[in-house]
Amino acid sequence: MAEVSLKNVSKAFGKIVAVDDISMTIEDGAFVVLLGPTGAGKTTTLRLISGLEKLDSGSVFIGGRDVGNETPAQRDVAMVFQQYSLYPHLTVRDNLAFPLRSPILKTPEDVIAEKIQKIAEVLQIPHKLDNKATELSGGEMQRVSIGRALVRDPSIYLMDEPLSSLDAKLRADLRVELKRIHADLGSTLLYVTHDQIEAMTMATHVGVLEEGRLVQYGTPKDIYENPSSVYVASRLGLPRINILPSELFPGNHKAPQIGLRPENIKQGDGIDAKVMRAEHLGDQTRLHLEVAGHPVTTLTDPHQDYIPETTIKISPLNPLYFDASGARVV
Amino acid sequence: MSSFSVTEPTNRTKWFAGTLVIAYALITMIPLVWIGLTGFKSPADAISYPPKYVIGSDSEAGFQPTLEGYVNLFTTRTRQTQDYLDANPPENWADEIVRQYDMVIVGPSKFGERFMNSVIIGFGSTFLSVFLGTLAAYAFSRFKIPLADDLLFFILSTRMMPPIAVAIPIFLMYRQLGLSDTHLGMILLYTAVNISLAVWLLKSFIDGIPTEYEEAALIDGYTRFQAFYKVVLPQAATGIASTAIFCLIFAWNEYAFAVLLTTANAQTAPPFIPTIIGIGGLDWPAIAAGVTLFLLPVMIFTILLRKHLLRGITFGAVRK
Repeated sequence: MAEVSLKNVSKAFGKIVAVDDISMTIEDGAFVVLLGPTGAGKTTTLRLISGLEKLDSGSVFIGGRDVGNETPAQRDVAMVFQQYSLYPHLTVRDNLAFPLRSPILKTPEDVIAEKIQKIAEVLQIPHKLDNKATELSGGEMQRVSIGRALVRDPSIYLMDEPLSSLDAKLRADLRVELKRIHADLGSTLLYVTHDQIEAMTMATHVGVLEEGRLVQYGTPKDIYENPSSVYVASRLGLPRINILPSELFPGNHKAPQIGLRPENIKQGDGIDAKVMRAEHLGDQTRLHLEVAGHPVTTLTDPHQDYIPETTIKISPLNPLYFDASGARVV
Repeated sequence: MSSFSVTEPTNRTKWFAGTLVIAYALITMIPLVWIGLTGFKSPADAISYPPKYVIGSDSEAGFQPTLEGYVNLFTTRTRQTQDYLDANPPENWADEIVRQYDMVIVGPSKFGERFMNSVIIGFGSTFLSVFLGTLAAYAFSRFKIPLADDLLFFILSTRMMPPIAVAIPIFLMYRQLGLSDTHLGMILLYTAVNISLAVWLLKSFIDGIPTEYEEAALIDGYTRFQAFYKVVLPQAATGIASTAIFCLIFAWNEYAFAVLLTTANAQTAPPFIPTIIGIGGLDWPAIAAGVTLFLLPVMIFTILLRKHLLRGITFGAVRK
């Protein structure tokens, strides 16, 4: 395990700038989640660290070593691909053994067998070990591809949306499992996702990417509570943060826009809000309101009924302020 | 099944299609069966009219099978005086067969040698074409090569003119280089002709193999070449097998260059077989025997690789 750091890393494909001057340090033992929509440069960042793409400019350091001229094998990184990329001509067992048998690791066969058995149990696939990789379901393939990374003990694990094609239950199980593996082994992980639950539950640090730039880097709590812009604030939190003109509410108008997390809207007094509909999710109720033509979503007591078209009173609690361009005003 | 299905053909359609395919197969098989039968006829039966086609029957259309054709194919014989024949009884069954024409076997014919030449040149050039073709196709498929499209077109353009158009320049060139009538010369020539086919066929196969597999192997600690060898090659096996069959069929059957460039040393079977001349006319059973044996290697090779070939011919149509 090692510290990995990026210094002014850039990469363009033709005219499209995929990664734009990113600098960050992934500390030894950190679980860093890169968050951002499709096309923000998450996957390219992983590929630059792994060595599958060449840097246009900047440098990548793994354990203090500049790896700019090293092959992926020399960098000693493990990667989980979004498209699984299991070797179709091999069995599950041989897929898992493939990195261990590489000329770099040359693991003895008895150690390989032991490691595979262990990882197969963690991923709940011991009965599939002798299947061809092509005879698995999508979820099983994804688990094998995670396993193929986890059998190794690399400088860093790079994971590109590894849980995206699993069903909800398995995804929750594996989230816990990955977190446990991270805690047990003290591994360094860089994890790409657009699923904010994965980011919030697993990450020690979150990096938010916007069009190839790293716009904020910090702990999940910090990013959630102190987003640097509307863009960052919208990446975390479900339902999404409400961005409203600040003159809707009386009082402090230090910036043109305010951001209100759904849980930061108090009911009882304040301004009028029309009830549009209520979504009962069991443990919580999402209440969709309309304030002077602006949709507002808030969370509310699951046991209370709301009648559409009635009016309630709401007021902001700990609002975040943003200027016209979306930057945070403190 | 009473319900109508869009994807399942009805029984009547299946029967009709099956009958059609079998009928077509039988018609195309007639020349092959005829060659096979002729190899076991006596010279008289081979050219008799109406033709004879029932083995071991005494009827009008029947003939008694004999190994005469095969004996004539593999031996050289000479006519002897009755005194000599009386003094030297036949030594074996083959000798016995030729005795009916007052002849004795004096040694082996050139056929075995020519057949081996065909094997060496055919399989040698196939191996070389597929080996070089795979490497070139991989490079064209995976790396950024300047002018890649022009180069590919150039490679293909070598197939655009009829081989006979370059026969004389090649004949002169080969004489200067000392490659005339050598195995190496013929292997190089057939490889040069086949490699364009090999590169184009294999490139389309390798294009169909996602690059993610190699990337995964690179990350898993393998070099580019090891990734090619361990991950790409096994998946390209289908394409390699079908390309090898196409290359072998060409090299095996090639006649024009072989008749022009080879004589005593490296002559292959195709120019040799028609030169088998019997006493008082062409020895049809011997020629048929030669053709039958000549067909076998390609047939065996194709049968061995047919599992791959079936998938290979439909490439592009059945990608998961």
